[in-house]
Amino acid sequence: MKSFKSALIAAAVASVAAGAVTSAQAETELVVVSWGGAYSASQQGAYHDPYMAANSDVRIVNDDSSNAAVAKLRAMNEAGNVTWDLVDVVAADAIRLCDEGLAEIIDHDKVLAPAPDGTPASEDFGDLIVSECFIPQIVYSTTFGYRTDMVSSTPTSVCDVFDLEKFPGKRALEKNPINNMEWALLCDGVAPDQVYEVLGTPAGVEKALAKLGTIKDSVVWWTKGAQTPQLLADGEVVMGSTYNGRLFSVIEEEKQPIAMLWDWQVFDLDGWIVPTGTKNKEAVMEYLRFATDTQRLADQAKFISYGPARKSSAPLVGKHATLGIEMAPHMPTDPANSKTTLLYNYEFWADNRDDIDERFQSWLLQ
Amino acid sequence: MQNSAADAIVTADGKPLKVSLAKALRRQRMFALALVAPLFIFVAISFIIPIADMLFRSVENGIVEEILPQTVKALESWDETSGELPDEAVYAAMVADLKVARKERTNTKVGQRLNYERSGMSSLFRGAGRKASRIKEPPYKEQLIKTDKDWGKVVTWQVIKQFSPNLTPGYYLAAVDAMQTPEGDIRFEDSEKAIHTKLFIRTMIMSVVITLMTLLLGFPIAYLIATQPAKIGNLLIILVLLPFWTSLLVRTTSWIALLQQQGVINDILVFVGIISEDGRLAMIHNATGSVIAMTHILLPFMVLPLYSVMKTVPPTYMRAATSLGAHPWPAFWKVYFPNTVPGIGAGAILVFILAIGYYITPELVGGTSGTFISNRIAFHIQNSLNWGLAAALGAVLLAIVLVFYLLYDKIVGIDNMKLG
Amino acid sequence: MGDPFVRFQEVQKSYDGETLVVKNLNLDIANGEFLTMLGPSGSGKTTCLMMLAGFETPTHGKIVLDGAPLNDVPPHKRDIGMVFQNYALFPHMTVAENLAFPLKVRKMGKAEIEERVQRALDMVQLGPFGGRRPMQLSGGQQQRVAVARALVFDPKLVLMDEPLGALDKQLREQMQFEIKHIHDNLGITVVYVTHDQSEALTMSNRIAVFNDGIIQQLAPPADLYERPDNAFVAQFIGENNKLTGKVTAADGDRCSVELDSGEKVTALSISHGGVGQKTMLSIRPERVMIGDDVKDCDVHVDARVQELIYLGDHIRTRLTVCGRDDFVVKIPNSTDRAGLVPGNEISLGWRTRDCRALDMPDNL
Repeated sequence: MKSFKSALIAAAVASVAAGAVTSAQAETELVVVSWGGAYSASQQGAYHDPYMAANSDVRIVNDDSSNAAVAKLRAMNEAGNVTWDLVDVVAADAIRLCDEGLAEIIDHDKVLAPAPDGTPASEDFGDLIVSECFIPQIVYSTTFGYRTDMVSSTPTSVCDVFDLEKFPGKRALEKNPINNMEWALLCDGVAPDQVYEVLGTPAGVEKALAKLGTIKDSVVWWTKGAQTPQLLADGEVVMGSTYNGRLFSVIEEEKQPIAMLWDWQVFDLDGWIVPTGTKNKEAVMEYLRFATDTQRLADQAKFISYGPARKSSAPLVGKHATLGIEMAPHMPTDPANSKTTLLYNYEFWADNRDDIDERFQSWLLQ
Repeated sequence: MQNSAADAIVTADGKPLKVSLAKALRRQRMFALALVAPLFIFVAISFIIPIADMLFRSVENGIVEEILPQTVKALESWDETSGELPDEAVYAAMVADLKVARKERTNTKVGQRLNYERSGMSSLFRGAGRKASRIKEPPYKEQLIKTDKDWGKVVTWQVIKQFSPNLTPGYYLAAVDAMQTPEGDIRFEDSEKAIHTKLFIRTMIMSVVITLMTLLLGFPIAYLIATQPAKIGNLLIILVLLPFWTSLLVRTTSWIALLQQQGVINDILVFVGIISEDGRLAMIHNATGSVIAMTHILLPFMVLPLYSVMKTVPPTYMRAATSLGAHPWPAFWKVYFPNTVPGIGAGAILVFILAIGYYITPELVGGTSGTFISNRIAFHIQNSLNWGLAAALGAVLLAIVLVFYLLYDKIVGIDNMKLG
Repeated sequence: MGDPFVRFQEVQKSYDGETLVVKNLNLDIANGEFLTMLGPSGSGKTTCLMMLAGFETPTHGKIVLDGAPLNDVPPHKRDIGMVFQNYALFPHMTVAENLAFPLKVRKMGKAEIEERVQRALDMVQLGPFGGRRPMQLSGGQQQRVAVARALVFDPKLVLMDEPLGALDKQLREQMQFEIKHIHDNLGITVVYVTHDQSEALTMSNRIAVFNDGIIQQLAPPADLYERPDNAFVAQFIGENNKLTGKVTAADGDRCSVELDSGEKVTALSISHGGVGQKTMLSIRPERVMIGDDVKDCDVHVDARVQELIYLGDHIRTRLTVCGRDDFVVKIPNSTDRAGLVPGNEISLGWRTRDCRALDMPDNL
């Protein structure tokens, strides 16, 4: 009995001592916020795992809160307790966060690694740095997919979405004016370079809504990126817009009878911001330098069909990690796919989103 | 000699009886207080403070004066109805404010705030932060207008002046689709463009429909459970509670699988031949979808109070009524049913209040015709970051719930409500 | 008297298909009679009442009311008033509305309803209480409302299912008289169910004692008490002294019994199994004599006083008699009590006609 007791005490002492040793190693825990699902998995494979392998004192914890990141960051900031270290957001949110002072301003050349040939980061990323707080990561696009077995001919233009005669059936569109309004104007005869000029006027908004009105009864409105692939797979809709990576996985990984319609795809950016008030700023910056270098960005494309944001990464894009297919033709930036494109107009939407969204939503209610 | 009668009664040791009694009761009261204190603190932190914060946010507007203090002061003497631009002093104040704001990175913040009131303010202030810092000397007016022609528009200054006070009714006006013109008049949006009032009304109607549906479906179930022997009754109660064991999201998405046009129910109807292949019913991504899915989710909240009340209604009431000569139907309506009213009231108010604030389910299955005001509130919290408007919408919703509560109290009587 | 008003004919009832709750019941009830079904719980008396009311269906046999078979008549068409155990007054209606309920469903005119309700309220002395809710009344008042409601529509028959069970003793006794008076005044037929024997003895014209799904004895109260037919009735009704023994001889209505303790006594032959069989002798405590009265008795035995309990009007004395120490004698307070001290040996006796030789129950 006595020996058992002393053994217990010895074990307790040993564990306390062991605990002291581990804490002395000062492990850093980085909370990285991203979108979850396949996207987080691609970041895990391309960035987190290799970084943790090289730096045993850093542990990266995923938090899948990106879709509510702006609101949550604001709440954290108001409460004075920012628990996130790095947040993956779309460029529009990055601009908003930067405007609100919720994201750190980044000196891109100082923080980020130059390209292998020595080109500074700011040049390598080029005009994709749409905000001084934003570190671009990928170029993705919002574009259409359609059911190959439910159409009588192959749709080739985004205006086919508005053609109920040629392509009867339901369409999935985002419950949001952004992109839909642009496509509506393009298909209503507005010249591509005048889309935003027109949309900036109340008459232009009504014009776009009128065009959308021609298919309103046949639209299923989505709010989450996963909805369109599901609706397509179920045969609920004939065609629908969503993020190109989602379509890639439903086409190539799940082998559904779905094909891409790249016409007038809208490029958008997704990338990192460092929240103001992070407690591990130094460690985060070190991680960022690694995770956004040329090779790492190219590596991410092995897991998901989004284009790397660095010019220098494009030639390094190879084959899919598990499917073994060439990824280049699935990139939105591939020349064959990007004959007609729009780039998300950040400034326009930052100014007009509130008004147009309100009008759009009231139009939906009619 | 004491003059009041109350002092006349004393305890054995000569203290007035009232004093002794109060002392004896104080201990009891302190003990009771200690028991409720944890809950009270919890409610205060998790309920009262957030609601107070929400109510404050819905009128709070300190940001403009905080970031543009000199401008706000300078604008005081400007007559916004004159149609004239403010004078040089105001522009000088604005440039000075912008320089400070640029340093503190707050110019974009105030731009965001004012952009809720007028589109374009966001980029105006974002650009002005950089550009104003280059203006070193007068004339400020001319130079600032040169950086962006919006600075030369009267309406820009009208908006700034209108939203410079620390408190604003603006969010509440927006919540009922109205706005204040620079002249001070309140103008309502055309009904075609109105959004919030429409959503409020729809939320009310749909919540009432859902409440009626849960009552229609829940009443027979509760009756069955209450009149079965305990063994079967308990099993049925577990079945009623079963949906609580799965996540809300899973339940909602399974409704999508069932109700969509290529879904199980439509497939069966087509297979049986009730509807044709082209006539598949649209039961989801519309109001029907919201009503069906939410009725399912909220059903237990109706069944449980009904059940607990029905269990207390003795079966002899029905027997008594029939023995007195009433046919079973009138016996049910005139004798059994009135005795379940407290349960109906409790269940209805519970379901209604829960329904009125629902947002995940309508978001996923409501399409455009089945969304609630809560979806708009969530949008303003999560996407537009217009928390002031979200708070005002929330406050209006809260007011509506309170009105319903008072109506209920007036008609049914809140004391008649029985939750168990 | 002619045809019976209510007739149970070979009625059997089973809930589970394995056991019979009511076994082959035959019972006739005369018009205007107050019949009580008395028995322990589970004896089948309430089931019989429920079959009569129509809330239970007989598994076999038929029930006839006023010449018409009831089996296929639903409860609301039977025209039978019923008073329930917990009154079953409708709490959401006033007293007057409760009383008006059976009249309204019969589509009576408003004036007639009002008049009848008032008359019924007056009958139970609740004239001014029509506007109150049942919950605002005392238990006794609620009871009266329940009785009034069961009578207000002039039913052919009134059933009462332990209606006084929830009242305290004093109120219960008062209500017994009131119900009895109402019955006497209206001349209505009442079938009353209770497990309380004093209630049954006070009120009934006849009592049917139920046990184990069978009517053990059907008789007027006095017969039932003084001349029980079998051991169950003897023990269930009133207090009873038991002596056990074996029948040694039987002659006409008399028999000789050798008690377990060896004494030989003579008793009335009632329901024993014959010579050589065990029997239980039943003697009511108030028929046992002591002191001077003993000389009038046919049977004399020695007894030892165990305990005296003073009850005012009489003294309850427990004694050891013939080897049993649960022998009780009630001694009127007027009797000379000399020698009644615990431990004393006294002599006591009874008349043969007060000693009944019954069947031997299983539990003795």
